[in-house]
Formats: sequence, C-alpha cells, structure tokens
Amino acid sequence: MPEPVISATGLTKHYGDLVAVDGIDIEVAPGESFGLLGPNGAGKSTTMRMVGAVSTRTAGELRVLGLDPDTHGPEIRARLGVVPQEDNLDTELRVRDNLIVYGRYFGIPRAVCAQRADELLTFAQLEEKAKVKVDDLSGGMKRRLTIARALVNDPLVLMLDEPTTGLDPQARHVLWDRLFRLKERGTTLVLTTHYMDEAEQLCDRLVVVDHGRIMAEGSPAELIRQYSSREVVELRFGASRNESAAEQIAGLGDRIEILPDRVLVYAADGEAVLEQVSRLGLHPTTSLVRRSSLEDVFLRLTGRSLIE
Amino acid sequence: MSATDVVSPAAASAIEAARRPRRFGALYVAEHQIRAMRAYGWTIVIGGVGSPLVYLLGIGLGLAAFLDAPVADGPDGPVRYLVFVAPALLATAATTVPTEEFTYTVMAGFKWRRIFWGMNASPLAPHQIVGGLVLAAMARMLFTAVAYAGLMLAFGAVGRPWAAAVLPFVGVLGGLAFGLPLLAFSASLKDDAGQFAAVQRFVFTPMFLFSGTFYPLDTLPQWLAWIGWISPLWHASELGRWVSYGAPMSGATIAAHLGILAGMTAAGWVLARRTFVARMRG
Ligand SMILES: Nc1ncnc2c1ncn2[C@@H]1O[C@H](COP(=O)(O)OP(=O)(O)OP(=O)(O)O)[C@@H](O)[C@H]1O
Ligand SMILES: [Mg+2]
Repeated sequence: MPEPVISATGLTKHYGDLVAVDGIDIEVAPGESFGLLGPNGAGKSTTMRMVGAVSTRTAGELRVLGLDPDTHGPEIRARLGVVPQEDNLDTELRVRDNLIVYGRYFGIPRAVCAQRADELLTFAQLEEKAKVKVDDLSGGMKRRLTIARALVNDPLVLMLDEPTTGLDPQARHVLWDRLFRLKERGTTLVLTTHYMDEAEQLCDRLVVVDHGRIMAEGSPAELIRQYSSREVVELRFGASRNESAAEQIAGLGDRIEILPDRVLVYAADGEAVLEQVSRLGLHPTTSLVRRSSLEDVFLRLTGRSLIE
Repeated sequence: MSATDVVSPAAASAIEAARRPRRFGALYVAEHQIRAMRAYGWTIVIGGVGSPLVYLLGIGLGLAAFLDAPVADGPDGPVRYLVFVAPALLATAATTVPTEEFTYTVMAGFKWRRIFWGMNASPLAPHQIVGGLVLAAMARMLFTAVAYAGLMLAFGAVGRPWAAAVLPFVGVLGGLAFGLPLLAFSASLKDDAGQFAAVQRFVFTPMFLFSGTFYPLDTLPQWLAWIGWISPLWHASELGRWVSYGAPMSGATIAAHLGILAGMTAAGWVLARRTFVARMRG
C-alpha cells in the first residue's frame, strides 16, 4: 500500500476549555477523494486547518505528505492547495493577477506563474474574466477562482472547506464538474461539506463528524447500507397529528424517526410500507418514497438533521 | 529532519518546493504589498513630494523670515531656522508612513481583504508576512525621505550637502522605531473601533507637536518634555540635526539616540512577530 498523504491519530484541538476536535483518526491515500461530513461547529474547519499546517494541534499524531506540520509547515503547505471556507482573494487585484501573485508565494518564477494563470483560467472557465476585478465576479466565479488559485502550485492534495456552501444549484453543478475533472486526473481531494448530495457526488470515502468526533466511516454506499435502509418513506400528517400517527404505524419498516414536520419510515420496500399505512386507515397529506441518503445516516447517528 | 533520513517522494518534493519560499518569503510578501500600493501610488507620490514642498516653502519663506532670534547652534554658531527644522520634518514624514501602512493595511490584511489568510495557507510563515510588510513600508518610507532630502537640498535646508544622502536612513530608522510597536498593536486588534483614529489624534499628533520638531525640546517644561524623551521622532530629529549641520552632541548622546531607536525597533519587531504567529497558528 502506498504511503498515506494524510494520517492522523488522536488528533485533538482545544480552544481554551472548548474541545473543537476530540481525538480523530483519519488516513487518506494518494488519489483518494476523502470527505468530512458534519453539521455546523463539528470541527471540520479546525481539522482542515491542522492538516493544512496553519493551526497547531493540541495533541495527537499528524503526518501530511509524511511530514510533521509542527516542524515542516512550509514544506507541507508548499505542496497543498487550499480552498478556505471563506474566500480570501485579493479583491483589489484583477482575476489573473490574483493567480500570479499567489503563485509568487510559492517561489514560482513570474513567467511560469503567468503561463499557469492562463491555463488555470481556462480550467476554471474564467478566461473572459481575466481582466476583471475580483469584486465584480459572482459567488460561483469567485469560488472557481479560489480553486484555480489553489492549483497554482500543482498541489499533491487539494483541501476544500465547504466548496459550494452559499452557491445556487447551477453554480454548484459547474463546480462539481470541475472537481470531478481533478479527481479523474488523480488529484487527492479532501473536502468538508454539510451537503449530503455533495458528499455522495464527490467522496470515495468519508467520515461523519459531530462534536469533534468521528461517528462513522466508509463510502457513501457503505454508510447508507450500514446505518440506514434502502428506502425511506416520508409521511406528513400535519404538525399536530404526526405524533399520534407515528404511534399507529410503529412496527412498520425497520425504524421510525419522528421529525417536527414529518415522519420517516425506514424500510427495504417503501411502496409496501405505504400500502400498509393506507390499510391502517391513515391518510397522510403528502407521502413520498425515496432512496436513503447520507442525511438519514446522519440522523441515525446523531439524532439531528445535518442542516439546521 | 536531516538529509540522511529516508523520506518518501512526496516528502522529498515538499522539501524541495519549500526551499525558495523559506528563503525569500518576505520578499514575495513585499512584492505583493508594493503592487497593492500602486492603487494609491499617486497619493504616495503627491504626499511624498507635495508635503515637503508646502512645509519648506511655508517655513523657509514665511516663518523663518519672521523669526529673528536664532533657536539653535551648529558648530559655527547659530543655524538658520529652516536648517534646524528640516531634519525633524523629514523624520516626521517618514514616521507618517506607518500610521497608514501599519494600521489600516494590517486590519485590511486580517479582516477587510483577508489577504493575510491567503498568504498564511501558502508556504510563507507568519514572521515572513511581518517581514514583507516591514520591507514594503520601508520602501515607501525611503521614497518619502529621499524626496524630502532632495527638496531640502534644493531649498538649502541641509547644513552639509552630503548629509542629504544620510538623512533618509535616519528618517527610516525613526519610522521603524515608531512603526513596529504600532504594527504589533494593530495586529492584536480584531476590529477597528476607532483605535487607529485615536492613535493619530492622541499619539501621533502630540508626538509631532512635543518632540522638539519646531523648537528645541528644552524649551518645554519638564512635565511636557518627557513626551519628547520617549518619542522616536525626537531621537530621530536630533540625530538628523547632528547629521545635517553637526548639531553639538556628545558621543554618548548620539549612541543613546541610536540605541533607543534600535531598541524600540527591535522590541516592536519581536512583539509584532509574536502577535502574528499567535494569531495565524492558533
Ligand atoms: N479560532 C478559534 N477560537 C476559538 N474557538 C474556535 C476557533 N475556531 C473554531 N472554534 C470553535 O471550534 C468549534 C469547531 O469549529 P469549526 O469551525 O472547526 O467547525 P466546522 O465544522 O467547520 O463548522 P461550520 O460548518 O460552521 O464551518 C466551534 O465550536 C467553533 O466555535
Ligand atoms: Mg467550517
């Protein structure tokens, strides 16, 4: 097996009394797409910053590219590409100049920076915007530019902290498509998200994180298989009737989850459950059978929804 | 890690890739900062040339013509008022640069434009970011001080012509002694709730007025003169006078002026560096 690009054991970060990351173990192989899925405050960004060698760990072992961030921060960062949760492009420079200036931080000669900037603008589908001030870009374009910037040093690992949060569906799909391309080229991707569809689309393997701890680990399909049923029936009886209806259908399917606005019945065969429900004389205002998702895995593991 | 350790190809490539940034990182930051200064390049040029013109004209043609009593002596008797004031004005001009470059620029880097966080994720280390900021500000101070010295020469405001070549460095030293502690202070702020305006009003302006800029410091009563003694501007002005027209000064006094300026610069550097590291590696 090749040496992992990232390996962490018991990785821990305290901010005063607050335990932001509480002893997590992760290992990422070269070429893998690895995700950290978790709700707000789970410790995803903190983990990313420790791996990115910009935040000193409180405890645990951490190796990135085989090196210790405490002693080899510049070395690690020299071969990492980082897309932070909050954009930090230089809004006073033009789009292309942002790439060039950033490339210089890596000691890349100016002429090489300029050439890479043009290639990356093409990759990010921003050629037409080369001369535009960053402030005039849309949110999705800024995100693409940040990704392009993160690639300026031809990184071994690309770290993306919530790459599509706040983007509209169209912009997200454009971005996913770019990330797919990188994945196909063999770039190792490490990303955090609280969108299950994003995790399902992009991650070969992921960990579900909550309160700084890993709750489960596996491929999206494995996690769904392990922690959920194949299908889910969503039933809405109206907020006041959900509880009582849930009592009546207890025993249907593998498991029932009562949410404020709906009741979820987990079962291998959703249609069969629906039939049983109507046989019981219950008439939900709306009903829907869908495939299980990571959202359901998360609900099962933490008793909470991923997006609050 | 020593060269004899066996490292993976990935680690080897990382070690290679970090060579240049480890060595030249501060220069890359300075490069970016100077590029950013171009956005307000005209302000720098007009301020750098216009402000000395106004002061030298105003004082040389106006105030100095009106003052009869000599305020200070050189080695060969009294010196003209303009000659006395000019080195202090040059030092003031250099000291003004950090009130912009080490305040708003720092808040912008951490908070408004967030570009320091971008630098931070690259191979650059926090102390290199500090170094780059200082280099860029020094470049601007040097430009301002050289412009000043050139105009002083044109106005006959230097005692000895060769002094015009040395004065800019005295100015930059004064600017650093005032600027680096200010940089440390600015880097410790999470927000600008008027602190920078307060620095301007309650630190810079009193320093400018009570540092023996326009009259010898010993004119002031003791209870005000202390402002001059702790003021980098006074120490730089006195050094400038010694350089410009050979203001009488013992070797010990010169050494004290230099030592205090160097000490403030060094202390500011250590504090600024520590503040940046704490903030960027937390
Ligand atoms: N610099 C800091 N100082 C103090 N506390 C911090 C700091 N950074 C993060 N925290 C705290 O650590 C915890 C984990 O934060 P983190 O940003 O890692 O979460 P996250 O999973 O990225 O959340 P989100 O989805 O909202 O981005 C939170 O409680 C947060 O308030
Ligand atoms: Mg986060």
